[in-house]
Amino acid sequence: MTGRRTFLRLLLSCALFCGVAFSQSGGDLRFCLGSEPKTFDPLLVDDDSSLSIRYLTGGVLVRVNRHTQDLEPELAESWKVSNDGKQITFKLRRGITFSDGSPFTSEDVAFTMQRLMDPALHSSTGDAFRSGSGAISSRIIAPDQIVISFPAALAGLDRLFDQVAIMSAHSPNPKKEMAVLGPFMVAEYKAGSSVLLRRNPNYWKKDSQGRRLPYLDSIRLDIQSNRDVEMLRFKRGELDLINVLDSDYFDRLAATSPQLTHDAGPSLDSDFLWFNQVASAPIPEYKRAWFRNANFRRAISQAINRDDLSRVVYNGHAQPAVGPVSPANKFWFNNRLKPEPYRPAAALQRLQAGGFHLQNGALFDKGGNAVEFSIVTNAGSKPRERMAVMVQEDLGKLGIKVNVVTLDFPSLIERISQKFNYEAAILGFRNVDLDPNGQMNIWLSSAEDHAWNPQQKSPETPWEAEIDRLMRAQASTADPKKRKESFDRVQEIVAEQAPFIYLVNQNALSAVSSAVEGANPGILHPQTFWNAERLTLNPTTRASR
Amino acid sequence: MNAARKLACVVVLAVCAVSLAANWLAPAGYARQFRDAPSAPPSHQHLLGTDEVGRDRLARILYGTRISLLLAPAAALVSTGLAALVGGLAGYLGGIWLRLARGFTDLFLSLPWLFLLITVRALLPLNVSPLVSVLITFFILGLLGWAASARVLSTSADALRNSDFVLQARASGLHGPRLFFVHVLPNLKPVLYAQFWISIPVFILSEANLGILGLGVAEPLPSWGSLLRELEGMISFREEPWRLVPLLLLIVVLTSFQTLLSNEEVTA
Repeated sequence: MTGRRTFLRLLLSCALFCGVAFSQSGGDLRFCLGSEPKTFDPLLVDDDSSLSIRYLTGGVLVRVNRHTQDLEPELAESWKVSNDGKQITFKLRRGITFSDGSPFTSEDVAFTMQRLMDPALHSSTGDAFRSGSGAISSRIIAPDQIVISFPAALAGLDRLFDQVAIMSAHSPNPKKEMAVLGPFMVAEYKAGSSVLLRRNPNYWKKDSQGRRLPYLDSIRLDIQSNRDVEMLRFKRGELDLINVLDSDYFDRLAATSPQLTHDAGPSLDSDFLWFNQVASAPIPEYKRAWFRNANFRRAISQAINRDDLSRVVYNGHAQPAVGPVSPANKFWFNNRLKPEPYRPAAALQRLQAGGFHLQNGALFDKGGNAVEFSIVTNAGSKPRERMAVMVQEDLGKLGIKVNVVTLDFPSLIERISQKFNYEAAILGFRNVDLDPNGQMNIWLSSAEDHAWNPQQKSPETPWEAEIDRLMRAQASTADPKKRKESFDRVQEIVAEQAPFIYLVNQNALSAVSSAVEGANPGILHPQTFWNAERLTLNPTTRASR
Repeated sequence: MNAARKLACVVVLAVCAVSLAANWLAPAGYARQFRDAPSAPPSHQHLLGTDEVGRDRLARILYGTRISLLLAPAAALVSTGLAALVGGLAGYLGGIWLRLARGFTDLFLSLPWLFLLITVRALLPLNVSPLVSVLITFFILGLLGWAASARVLSTSADALRNSDFVLQARASGLHGPRLFFVHVLPNLKPVLYAQFWISIPVFILSEANLGILGLGVAEPLPSWGSLLRELEGMISFREEPWRLVPLLLLIVVLTSFQTLLSNEEVTA
């Protein structure tokens, strides 16, 4: 009887072992999306959650390596951009099929481009390709070769294809977005709850030992907007990754489990302060004169202690910001520029040279007006609220009275972009694009996001005209050296004129469970799972799930 | 007065007295930033530690208590005054006026007051000092918080209108404002008091709610709402228990108010 029991146990163990060893290779990874994905259509993505799903499921012709920031071949074996920057030729890999079994050819690329550029689709990914008036054409040379032509030169053309997930032209599935070329495919979607991605059995990549990628069997993405709950679940071992962590959570987790936290250094994101320079803004004329004065803005910049902001607000997980480009952007950052040092005495001198004077500890302008203004920021953003309070204290030392106002986000946006009924604001940019073309909507004086004075019919200042010229110049040439020269100069003008007073670049903070093998968190989105196809869970975790 | 009420009374008076003496008791100014010691634990220099930007927590609690405890009754006074005017008069006049007032009150009560508050606050001028902002915040709370009290008062006034002594006064030739001020309003006093006391903790909590959303009293002025925001993201109470002091204080004060109140309500 005992012998029979032992035999049965052995059989059961063998069955369990075989199950673990053969039916799954890498396990079931789990992490959270901060919100409901708005779409599964890869060409319509414009929110973070959909972006993450597109990254995991979409196959692209070329991919920016999130670690080295270099462009690498994916579905395209090679590519060539014409000298005039108006044409790109892709040589595609052969023998690749979509997740539904339909073959991948240049027809799919042509179909994707045609759909992407369809004005009726309103694709923000497609907007990046609109260089001038005229249509974009695709010419199929062979099943594995295609030429795409644009009406005008497009700077950084090849890198734009990192965002274009190729769709199937011939998939029998009416929902064509469900046929994918990426490592995972959407298997199940429970609205408001979770998205389940399973490994794409037809994924083309193999590792150096010839094993098919991805290693993971599936990825469960739980939709969870509450960061506290996400943290608790991570601590309990129910989640394997936290892609973006704020500094408070990071330090709390690091205090107990330092091996799980990753600080990848300065990210591309920045926080900054700016003054309202809109001519028609409902603010007193004397205040508009201060805000339009570059010396005033530079003095304010000098009076802000950025080291303290980095240390106190972000617990040291941030760096004083230099300008529109973070030092993390290796190619485009202008190395000649340094962060504005904290020099309150120099700031006061600069203000006094401009006619301002101190009286009983308060600063007054030439006309006898006390220097007082409000800074608005969005309620609920603790770091920005803390920064505003610290700027308030720093400027108070110069005799400037600052009123900090937190507003709900819709009211704030209405004030700063429609009614222009504000004086100064602290907000931030989340940059996902390394290329300066991604910032055209900020720097062109006619742009809507030219926050300090948007939608100008013609540049109102010579330096804004110069920035317009340089941004257009860099966008109209394919020569990276010339582009860099132009954009370096833009960064210098921004440092001289301080239309945006850059405060800090936050570090890219994330958490990865010890159950995950192969993780190498970086600064570019998606920070922790950019190499998802090579991630795997350790055998203990796999067995326990 | 029973023992519980006595104790509650002592607690409320003690908290009020200590907060009024904040200028002398606070170890530092509420806005002073000790940037070398942000989020510091309790020490000799900072008995309850510091907040995220290095401000002394004890000082902020003392000043914040003063603001919340002084201005919540002021807001309650505004709301009870409005309620007396609308509810009392409607109840006294009766008929169509009473029905109109009740309809209007019900409509007002059905409004999502938090969103209304956020909207009203967003429309305010930006360049006001923190002190003015706190006065405005509580004044708005008072202006928007009258409806529930008005409903209670209209019912009481309606009952009084048909009472024997008012009928007798009418029969004696007393009419109009004189009848209202001499006979009706004095008899509404207990209800008014009860509504006033009930409103105080409601406004304290309302301000705390706004503060938690980051829309309360402007920085650097502290209030219970802004102090409670520190608890956001707190996963374990054991790690930094001193951060719970504002919450404990709020619980103690509100409980004391409720203990005092229950008797007032009985009287009413």
